[in-house]
Amino acid sequence: MADGQTPPAPNSEAPTRPQLTEWYRMMLLIRRVEELAAKAYTQKKILGFCHLYIGQEAVAVGSAAALTPDDYVVTAYRDHGQIMSRGVSPRAMMAELFGRSPGVSHGIGGSMHLSSREHNFFGGYGIVGGHIPLAAGAAFAAKYRGDGRVALCYFGDGAAQQGAFFEAMAMAQLWKLPVVFLCENNYYAMGTSLERQSYLIDMSQRGDGVGMKRWQFPGFDVVEVYENVRRAVDHARSGAGPVILEAVTYRYRGHSMSDPAKYRKDGELDSFRAKDCIKNAEARLLALGANAEELTRLQGEVDAEAQDAYDFADKAPIPDPATLYDYVYAPEAPAAAPGTEGGR
Amino acid sequence: MATLQIREALRRAMTEEMRRDERVYLMGEEVAFYDGAYKVSQGMLKEFGEKRIIDTPIAENGFSGIAIGSAMAGLRPIVELMTWNFSLVAYDQIINNAAKIFQMSGGQYPVPIVFRGPTGAAENLGSQHSMSLEGIYAHFPGLKVVSVGTAADAYGLLKSAIRDDNPVCFMESEMLYGLKGEVPDEEHLIPLGKADIKRKGTDVVLVTWNKQIHTCLAAAEQLEKEGISAMVLDLRTIRPLDEEALFTAAAACRRVVVVQEGYPFAGVGAEISARVHEACFDSLDAPILRVTNRDINQPYATNLEQLVMPNATRVIEAARHVCHRAR
Ligand SMILES: Cc1ncc(C[n+]2csc(CCOP(=O)(O)OP(=O)(O)O)c2C)c(N)n1
Ligand SMILES: [Mg+2]
Repeated sequence: MADGQTPPAPNSEAPTRPQLTEWYRMMLLIRRVEELAAKAYTQKKILGFCHLYIGQEAVAVGSAAALTPDDYVVTAYRDHGQIMSRGVSPRAMMAELFGRSPGVSHGIGGSMHLSSREHNFFGGYGIVGGHIPLAAGAAFAAKYRGDGRVALCYFGDGAAQQGAFFEAMAMAQLWKLPVVFLCENNYYAMGTSLERQSYLIDMSQRGDGVGMKRWQFPGFDVVEVYENVRRAVDHARSGAGPVILEAVTYRYRGHSMSDPAKYRKDGELDSFRAKDCIKNAEARLLALGANAEELTRLQGEVDAEAQDAYDFADKAPIPDPATLYDYVYAPEAPAAAPGTEGGR
Repeated sequence: MATLQIREALRRAMTEEMRRDERVYLMGEEVAFYDGAYKVSQGMLKEFGEKRIIDTPIAENGFSGIAIGSAMAGLRPIVELMTWNFSLVAYDQIINNAAKIFQMSGGQYPVPIVFRGPTGAAENLGSQHSMSLEGIYAHFPGLKVVSVGTAADAYGLLKSAIRDDNPVCFMESEMLYGLKGEVPDEEHLIPLGKADIKRKGTDVVLVTWNKQIHTCLAAAEQLEKEGISAMVLDLRTIRPLDEEALFTAAAACRRVVVVQEGYPFAGVGAEISARVHEACFDSLDAPILRVTNRDINQPYATNLEQLVMPNATRVIEAARHVCHRAR
């Protein structure tokens, strides 16, 4: 990169086979769970808006691997992959999609608003770009307390046009907040293709305007994602300031379940499927000495786990009407003990 | 009379106005190449081209402000908000600029602009996508607020809104875009600020607008069987409020129920109730009741969502109550 924005050198070891196996398993699990979510949507068991992440799994899984459990994560409505890669069970996620009380947000949030405080997962948000300042805010708190945490914010290429994003970036850089802004550029904002909604098509370049460290990388290989995000997270954690990254990725499905995605160019989808992140990880595992039976067994386990999540959600109780007003205001309880406000 | 869906009636209004006046253009997310998120602008790109049917990035504050500036400079923009929920991102521009500039400039700069899109809940869209925002726009002098529930009104009022020299917040409904209704074949303008009686009645007036018109019509049908004759008064325009029609109906029926979607606290229903009480107290037989969303943000789960929304049963109960027919 000729502009002095060279990413720092890798300071992490190449992933071990067990690590890579775990990432592979997680990507596959996200995909299988979402395929069942799509089925449940057509069965009208999941309602409203449902945005699938299929095709982008390497980004969530590789980036989550670069975080500690104490780090904060904030994302938009396309949030199934991010919350699962944070360790939330497919059951709790699927139950939320079904609007059932054991769901992560007790059936109140739905697909777009998954959240899990236990996992420092601030949630999925529906107002495009509106969540980005929240990540800078989590980083502000981390810096305020000096606890070494980092905030990771996922957002789309479309969200990178919003004022809230620009303002958050400016202050994050000014105050050297430990936040990594990770744009998942999947080529579309609803039906509008990248070059029709933005003059610059590498959103990491947005960082130049505020002097922020930035770079772009391909998001089709989980190891490559991990290595890039790890460098950015290390940079932010060191106190050197925020980083803005762009992962180039692609969504295989329409914007949401109601979008037939007729706007794609001929052959476009196939050209991205050829770079599929799950196939890439498979190839890597085989190269590390895994054998085909091992992978088949793993796939069987993942299928069963996804189906279990579907069955669990399908049988789970709907929210008790008596709880309708439970979460409008926080209960009047003694204030939390100092030091416990930030989550786990 | 042609039978049109509401989305077709809106499209016809915009198309006619754009043919008539070069200065009118349509701007918003997905309005051009995608034919509109709810297909309201379908085919308009083909007729008017990219100069006048303009796709924007997701930057509501920015494009609303750009449209307002262009209106100050002599154009007449129609801004499509994918839904009014997202207008909150543009709230500063709509309130601090669009609503105020004419007066602030001592009458030098009119801002002829229409912001339009759906308001209210669709189904299972959760907390951030289900709001009815008439109230927070009607709060501000300088804005006009229209909220429609039939094809004929959508057509006639949108045409008037586009010709109006003031900023107009024009509210539709995701749930009603496909609803069909008769629309006159010849050009037809409905003046802003005129309510419409959607059903005649003598015992109680159900004051409403937009999607809840249909809830009220269903309730009125049922009430008729119980011997309660309910008028359904569709305000159509929230600001300016048609006080004449409102007070006449209140005085004639002597009992009033306001049926509004959206939060109750400081909502449009509260304003109507206050004004009718102030003007018609002596003619009323019962205190005015409101049927609104429960005072809570929208939950996703179907059973909870249904508890939150106004429905015919709640309207019927309120009507019985003001008619002293509580069971
Ligand atoms: C403020 C706001 N405007 C418009 C929308 C409607 N909307 C939902 S998602 C979306 C596209 C966002 O694209 P991008 O940021 O690239 O994320 P992706 O869906 O590709 O993951 C739009 C326009 C919204 N939810 N919020
Ligand atoms: Mg995108």
